[in-house]
Parts: sequence; structure tokens; C-alpha cells
Amino acid sequence: MSVALLSGSILLAQVFLSLAMACAAFRILCGPRAQDRVLALDTLYVNAATLLLVFGIRTGSTLYFEAALVIALLGFVATAALAKFLMRGEVIE
Amino acid sequence: MTHAAELPAWAAILTSLFLLLGAALTLIGSLGLLRLESFYDRIHAPTLGTTLGIGSVLIASMLFFSVLQTRPVVHEVLITVFMVVTTPITLMLLARAALYRDRREGSEEVPHPSPLPPSRSMPKSNSIIPP
Repeated sequence: MSVALLSGSILLAQVFLSLAMACAAFRILCGPRAQDRVLALDTLYVNAATLLLVFGIRTGSTLYFEAALVIALLGFVATAALAKFLMRGEVIE
Repeated sequence: MTHAAELPAWAAILTSLFLLLGAALTLIGSLGLLRLESFYDRIHAPTLGTTLGIGSVLIASMLFFSVLQTRPVVHEVLITVFMVVTTPITLMLLARAALYRDRREGSEEVPHPSPLPPSRSMPKSNSIIPP
């Protein structure tokens, strides 16, 4: 019974997170300006990290945790660099 | 899902609850990113997913692996701390960059920068610099 409950809720959570990633991808594709696209890319990173954690619960391995941690780290660096680029026109000056 | 067969019922119910809560909050945040009108409205919406959404999923993961391996598994706290620290920094950087761009283009939607207070304006030249 617990296996059925858990697998059903994991499936529903994966559907929700995929829809969230689709929303962010739509905003990347037709965001009116560059800052909208950067914001949507940051959201996409976080949603991908959450989806990887749900995959980790589904397969029962802690291997996906490291991938989620790396994605979170890269998302922070990428968004900070892109915000700098939007403001100054170059990243390292 | 064979690894979860020995999971007790209360742990399965709690894990499912936190998983669904986190996924639904992330979906609500991303829908706000899709539907809100201006950029300064939209920048608030995804923080729902980055704090409470991923936090709930991490609580579910911690609970699941702790009960399954009968030892406390707390390395998910790393991601939680990292997200809580970095999300305000990135979004504030992004909001300031957008404000700078809008002001440089002379947009009417954003407030103009406040004028400098009188104490920071240029001093009288005859009091400091000798003629």
C-alpha cells in the first residue's frame, strides 16, 4: 500500500515539475526582454534540481543528490554572471 | 520502487505529502512567472519554488532516506542552506540590472533615481580651492 501511494505521488510530483519546467522554457523562448530570459533560466535550473531530487527518491540512490547540488551551484554562478553582463555589457572587466 | 517495500506507512504518507506540496508550490511559482504582467511582478513568483518548493522536496528526501537506511541522512541540508543564501543575492542582482537598464532607456514605468542630498553636492569652490 505504501509503495502504491509513494509511486503515485512521485509520478504526480514529476508531472507538476515538468509542467513548471515547461512554463519556464516558454518564458525563455518568448520573454519580451533579456532579463525575463535570465530569470526564467534561473527558475529552470531550480526546477531541474528539484526534479533530480524526486528522481533520487524514485530510484532510491543518493547519486542524484550530487547532480542536484552541482546544478544549484552552476545556476547561482550563471545567474550572477548574466546579471553582471546585463548591467555592464561584459562579465570580466 | 522495490526498495521502498519495507518503508512504514507513516513515512510513506509524510514523504508523499511533502513531495506533492513541494511540486505544487514550484508549479505555482512557475505559473506566476508565466502569467504576471511586468518583469518586476514576475521576479517575485519563482522564489516560491526556490525556497519552500525545493525545501519541501528536500525534507521528503531526508525523511525517506533516514527511515529507509535507519540512520540520520542530513546531507540535503547543504542544498537547503545554499538555496536560502544564494536566491536573494541572484534575484537582487537581476532586479538591479533590470532597473539600471530601464532607467538608461528612459522608461516611464520605473521611478527615477532620487536626487543627491545637499551635503553630498559639490562644495563651494571659493571655500576650498584658493584662487
